[in-house]
Amino acid sequence: MVQSFRLDGVGLIKRDKKLSFKFNGKIYYGYEGDTLASALIANGIHLVGRSFKYHRPRGFFGAGVDEPYAIVQLFRNGETEPNIKATEQELFEGLEASSVNCWPSVNFDIGAINNFLKIFLPAGFYYKTFMWPKSFWYKIYEPLIRKAAGLGTVSTSHDKERYEHKYEYCDLLIAGSGPSGLASAYAAAKNGARVILAEDKSRFGGTLLTNDVNIGNKSGKEWAEGIISELKEMPNVIVKNRSQVFGYYDHNMLVMTERISDHLPITKKFHPKQRLWYIRAQEVLISSGSIERPLVFGNNDTPGVMLSSAAKEYLKVYGVLVGKKPLIFTNNDSGYETAIEFKKNGIDPVILDTRKNPQSEIVDEAKHLKINIKFSYVVVAAKGYKKVKSADIAQISDDKEQLGKLENVKCDCICVSGFWTPTIHLASQSGNKTTFDENIDAFVPGISKQNERTLGAANGEYRLSETLKNSFETGYELSKKITNNDNKVSFPNVLEKKSTVHDKFWCVPLPKGKNYKRFLDFQNDVAVSDIEIALKEGYRSIEHVKRYTTLGMATDQGKTSNLNGLQLVSKIENKVVPAVGHTTFRPPYTPVSIGAIVGREIGKHSKPTRKSPMHSWHEKNNAVFVDAGVWLRPRYYKRGNENLFEGSKREAKNVRRNVGVCDVTTLGKIDIKGPDAAELLNRVYTNAWLKLPIGKARYGVMLREDGIVMDDGTTTRISENHYHMTTTTAQAANVLSHLEYYLQLVWPELNVNVVSTTEQWAGAAIAGPKSRDLLQKLFPNFDVSNEGLPFMGYMEGELFGVKARIFRISFSGELAYEVNVESDNGNFMWEKIMEIGKELKIQPYGTEALSTLRIEMGHVAGSELDGRTIPYDNSLEGLVSKKKDFIGKRSLSKKAFSADDRQKIVGVIPLDKKTSIPEGSHLVKDSKASLPNPKLGYISASCWSVEHDNPFSLAILKDGKNMIGKKLFVMSPLKNKIIPVEIVSSHYVDPKGERARS
Amino acid sequence: MLYINCPHCGLRSQNEFSYGGDATVKRPDLNKEISDQDWDNFVYNRKSLRGKHWELWQHISGCRQWIKVERDTSTHEIFNTLKANEETI
Ligand SMILES: [Zn+2]
Repeated sequence: MVQSFRLDGVGLIKRDKKLSFKFNGKIYYGYEGDTLASALIANGIHLVGRSFKYHRPRGFFGAGVDEPYAIVQLFRNGETEPNIKATEQELFEGLEASSVNCWPSVNFDIGAINNFLKIFLPAGFYYKTFMWPKSFWYKIYEPLIRKAAGLGTVSTSHDKERYEHKYEYCDLLIAGSGPSGLASAYAAAKNGARVILAEDKSRFGGTLLTNDVNIGNKSGKEWAEGIISELKEMPNVIVKNRSQVFGYYDHNMLVMTERISDHLPITKKFHPKQRLWYIRAQEVLISSGSIERPLVFGNNDTPGVMLSSAAKEYLKVYGVLVGKKPLIFTNNDSGYETAIEFKKNGIDPVILDTRKNPQSEIVDEAKHLKINIKFSYVVVAAKGYKKVKSADIAQISDDKEQLGKLENVKCDCICVSGFWTPTIHLASQSGNKTTFDENIDAFVPGISKQNERTLGAANGEYRLSETLKNSFETGYELSKKITNNDNKVSFPNVLEKKSTVHDKFWCVPLPKGKNYKRFLDFQNDVAVSDIEIALKEGYRSIEHVKRYTTLGMATDQGKTSNLNGLQLVSKIENKVVPAVGHTTFRPPYTPVSIGAIVGREIGKHSKPTRKSPMHSWHEKNNAVFVDAGVWLRPRYYKRGNENLFEGSKREAKNVRRNVGVCDVTTLGKIDIKGPDAAELLNRVYTNAWLKLPIGKARYGVMLREDGIVMDDGTTTRISENHYHMTTTTAQAANVLSHLEYYLQLVWPELNVNVVSTTEQWAGAAIAGPKSRDLLQKLFPNFDVSNEGLPFMGYMEGELFGVKARIFRISFSGELAYEVNVESDNGNFMWEKIMEIGKELKIQPYGTEALSTLRIEMGHVAGSELDGRTIPYDNSLEGLVSKKKDFIGKRSLSKKAFSADDRQKIVGVIPLDKKTSIPEGSHLVKDSKASLPNPKLGYISASCWSVEHDNPFSLAILKDGKNMIGKKLFVMSPLKNKIIPVEIVSSHYVDPKGERARS
Repeated sequence: MLYINCPHCGLRSQNEFSYGGDATVKRPDLNKEISDQDWDNFVYNRKSLRGKHWELWQHISGCRQWIKVERDTSTHEIFNTLKANEETI
């Protein structure tokens, strides 16, 4: 197909690289360097979508990030992505895209019926209409709205692309590579500053690529290219294109997305698709330029109506004509520049200028080129449905209230210019107090909060010479402040055409008897009449008007619509614009893909995975793993077709009968050293610690200041001033911070050091009646008899030449030991245990069997120490010293904590001795009581008792101590279960704890 | 993201630190009589101040020291940082 709107020899595209692409199933051609938008326009395509609310035809309005219309669904390398702006998406070979928000097709759209309804959907329509009857919402309204609305389809498959994060530091971050960005970057870089220059587009230079200017005897484009190539060579400069600085956060942290592969058909091997940069900058220079404002008139959303700057960019950068019969509608000189470019390329434009008699070099040039200019003229309404065919125009009175007789002129596009709005988003995000500049009818940055300055058009300065002068100066000054260098670059000579003031006119009045829609927000279909309704209904705050009408709320975030909306509100309210104020600018400036935000932290990289030194042994022996915090622990070792229940039962039984071994490496371990170590323990644990002998372990419970149990574990006195503390796997990090808090802030007088040694030791728990036999074989030269190594004893031994620590402690309730060796020897230890334990019928056991063993013994663990219980609740009151003070003690005397019917741990058995009790179930007195049924307690942990061969649970029950022997009901609405149960002691096996001491 | 000047390590990003509450709260001495009200004030009651105040942070991914940070809770401006054993002004 011929690119009938492409000019020969104009533009910056690569004519020798022809690319084919598909849009809505049809094949077209473009060139390397095109955007999807420029390539479509070159092919005469102007209908690319439908609007959000009324499904009106949508074309192109801009040529960059401000685009409100041309949102497409992109297909690339077998994946699809919604919400892509055709004006930003660079063309690549084989690109496929389709329209969104239109069903069944862009040319015939059912939703467009909304458009022909007699009464348009006014502001608040959804709020008002779809609320009643209430039952209609889920079944009828919501699905209907969901089908009709939306801007594309999210892929539900896994994103195969890779996204990266990067942290960077610099002296100056410069956002935008237009004249101010280039000049300031160059001056600062030449003065030795570390500079990052970020450009959103693929090409550097900003307006220098399209404006007819001369800098240092070069065209703007040539000058920009020279500066960029010099900057790229400098080691202190990072120059990035396709990189949008989208967020300005606290303490000069800015975030930028770099689109590394989006412009390529396939991401190169080992390359990410996008990279998110976290940049901490000493100083930030915002050179983000300005965005042209629309003029508001009837049917101003018709395809073919677009910003005059966009028309110029399509022409000068892409060699594309947006129309062959252009009508330029302007209130300032910028429209003339577009008209002049058309004229130079053989197209005859007509200019409608709202001004009566403007005098400037640019206007003179247009006159000189014999361009047809109509002063004091406006476009009243665009004509045509899917594309502009003509325009109703009229003369306008000096007070801009009265329209003359309507005339119809043929045209195929209407290029509008309502003057320029500085892009103050980043400045505003940084906390800058923006001010309203009457001269340009727009907000500009005011007083800075952070180290940020705004330059050039973003600061409301539209003269190139002034912009360059300020920018060179600022780059030099800031770099001098940071580097103390004093190398000043010379300032080039600048030639530009002088322009005159713009007309403070932005909205064409309606002619008599006509009720044209005059749109403010093009993406969300917010018209002048919607704002009028919102104000009539009493909305005053601009933030409320925004949310009620959805003005400025779409993916373009009102880049083209906000100021005109403010103008309207201020006019109706009879206030000045600054009194109305603008809505808050929040990051991101442009949409950021979720992939870039997540980065590499997906799947197994979403958190670190910690493995014990014995992990590969577990893997080889069919361990089924479970997440325990960030650790992977064997849940059970699968034999044959065993399931979890069968496997864990077998393992637990073997511990009770013979001997088992469990990997307890994950337990938190803290090494405590210093003359005041015992005093520290005495203060953080509830029981007494000052008299623990060397070579003895003790169980301890730690509280928070509010009396709630924080953690439990054993601590062993290794030598005079040296202790080894263990914590639960989950609380390891918190306990360390807790100890550090008290040592550093509360009791700095204590001479103690604490350090985590969790990863230094591999641990194996050996449990069961035959565990002593096994230990003796492992340590044949050591006396591990009940006398030599009594319960809660500790000794240092040697395991076949490897140094080992042996603790006689028991979590399972059986005779048990824990052996620790240095991590590197963990696997050696484990294999020795398995090898020598073979004749004793040893089996490894996982966390499930471990739980079973501790539950039927009534040992509390994380599910009871859940941040809601005090020592009494866990039957740990025997460990609470009455003689000394400790963290949290004062709180235990609170009334609720010492109430007579205080909750307490109990055991629970189903009356039928068969039905398993779901964890988390409630205990109630009467299963048939009316709701809400008073809850007496909850099931904290459940198991199948291997000792008694029936289900057994632990529960925290109100007045638990007086409930033993009572019959209650367990209710689990989630599992739809009601189970009659009996309350028993929490110590279901070996209540006197004789086994562990045997 | 805040940029916190650890008195031991220098300027580091917020993600190396964990927040630890009001730095001006003093734990009552152990073994000292204290009224219920005073104890509750220590354990539970905090002023959620708007503006400048001293707070605790721990440099968990760095030197592991608890430090005191003077920060404005509404603007996030940080004015001063101190070591654990230095008194706030
Ligand atoms: Zn530090």
